[in-house]
Amino acid sequence: MSLLSIRDLRTEFQSPSGVARAVDGVSFDVAPGEIFGIVGESGCGKSATCRSILRLFGGAQAKVAGGRILLEGAGDLAAMPERELAQVRGRDVAFIFQDPLTALNPTMRIGKQIAEVILRHRKVGRTEARAQALQLLRDVHVTSPERRLDAYPHELSGGLRQRVVIAMALALRPKLIIADEPTTALDVTVQDQILRLLRERRDSLGASIILVTHDLGVVSQICDRMAVMYAGRLVESGRVREVLDAPSHPYTRALLAALPGQTGRDEELTPIEGAPPSLISPPPGCRFAPRCALAQPRCREGGPPPLLSRKGLAAGHLDACILNEAADAAA
Amino acid sequence: MILAILKRLLMLVPVLIGITLLSFLLLQIMPGDPASRAMGTRASAEELQAMRELWGLDKPLWVQYLYFLRDCLTGSFGVSIFHKQPIITLVAERLPYTLAIVAYSTVIALVIALPFAILAAANRGRLADVAIRQVFVVLIAVPPFWLCYVLILGLALGMGWFPTGGVGEGLLENLHRLFLPSLVVGLSTAALIQQSLRAALIDTMQADYIDTARAKGLRRREVFLRHVLPNSLISTISIIGVRISWIIGGTVVVEKIFSAPGLGSLLIDAIVSRDLPVIRGLTVFFAIMVVLVNLITDICYALADPRVRLE
Ligand SMILES: Nc1ncnc2c1ncn2[C@@H]1O[C@H](COP(=O)(O)OP(=O)(O)OP(=O)(O)O)[C@@H](O)[C@H]1O
Ligand SMILES: [Mg+2]
Repeated sequence: MSLLSIRDLRTEFQSPSGVARAVDGVSFDVAPGEIFGIVGESGCGKSATCRSILRLFGGAQAKVAGGRILLEGAGDLAAMPERELAQVRGRDVAFIFQDPLTALNPTMRIGKQIAEVILRHRKVGRTEARAQALQLLRDVHVTSPERRLDAYPHELSGGLRQRVVIAMALALRPKLIIADEPTTALDVTVQDQILRLLRERRDSLGASIILVTHDLGVVSQICDRMAVMYAGRLVESGRVREVLDAPSHPYTRALLAALPGQTGRDEELTPIEGAPPSLISPPPGCRFAPRCALAQPRCREGGPPPLLSRKGLAAGHLDACILNEAADAAA
Repeated sequence: MILAILKRLLMLVPVLIGITLLSFLLLQIMPGDPASRAMGTRASAEELQAMRELWGLDKPLWVQYLYFLRDCLTGSFGVSIFHKQPIITLVAERLPYTLAIVAYSTVIALVIALPFAILAAANRGRLADVAIRQVFVVLIAVPPFWLCYVLILGLALGMGWFPTGGVGEGLLENLHRLFLPSLVVGLSTAALIQQSLRAALIDTMQADYIDTARAKGLRRREVFLRHVLPNSLISTISIIGVRISWIIGGTVVVEKIFSAPGLGSLLIDAIVSRDLPVIRGLTVFFAIMVVLVNLITDICYALADPRVRLE
């Protein structure tokens, strides 16, 4: 049984040059207690997928244009009116943003910012909320937490601020935590601490985590399952070991060769030729075909190929390559 | 904080020396003899000489400057040739009116600007936003004297709701009597605040921490009142500061039309009657006010934004 079940999600961004389909038919499941990694090149729609779940698009003109986001016990978040969704935010699903330097209100004390989420969802007084905020800071291993409660964000280092953001996300013991590149803006040493903290809190709270990252080392270290995203669509998904050890889609293979940190040994990195296509008018057929060394004429025809299970692959390991489809048929 | 304020006040000293020197020299190079300009063309030679001695105009320039400096330091800022009174007395008579206009018009401006800034920001690019902007642009563009007359004709003479001018007794009566002049001054302040606050609101609404606030599950109103508005208002502090500096000396037209005595008309009258010490003294006084308002603005900033420290 999955905690989160996303089906055919479509998200559109209104931009001056047209409608960008940042998420164009994405489906995946996240099981309870699981850490689900999403990787892919910049601009392929990872953040858009995450933001769609809670309908948080910043100042952008964006909307979930189709699909279902089924959260266990809450229903379809995509169909939920804003007021109802506000109840889910922070309580059932929490969000950790990429940049801890800008994710906190610069003019509000840390303690108050943490207490705010508690006061919103629980019937407790200010003193109790403050006491809980203090405990949360302890839980995420913030040193001298009493003092930090009255600090302003700018008085804290980046790593400390991300701990505060995580404390805030954990406040209501949500079932699902969405972490969009939670460590990209941090020092390497701090990155490791933050990731360990996330896994530790997952273990003690039993929450599921969706983790967006560019670092395959991180994925192989702490994720259970993963998906590879390209130009608004998933091209491969499955258990981390299976996807990383036996990548099935040409894009995944190219990505593994291009991104650092997979195995730890000194790898030769080969960047992927060319650039991802426009999401306003993507190419027909497989969106990776224009950059794919193996591409055949039929790769460039019809709609984008769906994510399917394959004969040669483990159960639950899916990919979206037309060539693999043909191989299946032949076998 | 207190130490920083004292340090800032200390830094005033060289600034003031510069200002006194400048205002002294500028008026010195004005063509013509100050005594004959003050006495008119029909004064006799003896009268002019007596005048010069009386006002120390026969002394060397640097001695005159020292006199002037002494007057500034003792707080009198010199003596008016026309009124035969210390300039500080003249200022003290008119300052309450000016300060009342400052406070009253700023409150009016905020009351007008706040809802329209919010409305415009919430409907960015849509009809409401464009319409509001057009109206405020017109408000900035109309000459204040025209606005004064329209208001007097309409609301004072026409409807009889307000007196046409002057100063009254007591708070309530003055709130009533000073409403129209404050409205005229406040409307253009409102336009300035509305523009800058609208921009600040739009900017803040896109900040990452607003997403964080929404991710907590806060309702729209809570996000707006606790996160968007406070952070946006900070940036309007400086606009208000600059505007107040201007109002202190710049409301001559309004003062004249509403026959109310303010600092602006004192300066204009002095220029017309060639009352050199008043022009000089007021210049220094205005400069002090500008510096003080600046300091207060910076203090407000430091209080409102924890990232800002008073240097
Ligand atoms: N504010 C915006 N306005 C218009 N279009 C946007 C905006 N943000 C994202 N998009 C569109 O959505 C697409 C996906 O963006 P998204 O931020 O989800 O990428 P990402 O995979 O998270 O990239 P990164 O790794 O750089 O974070 C972009 O290529 C762009 O077309
Ligand atoms: Mg992103």
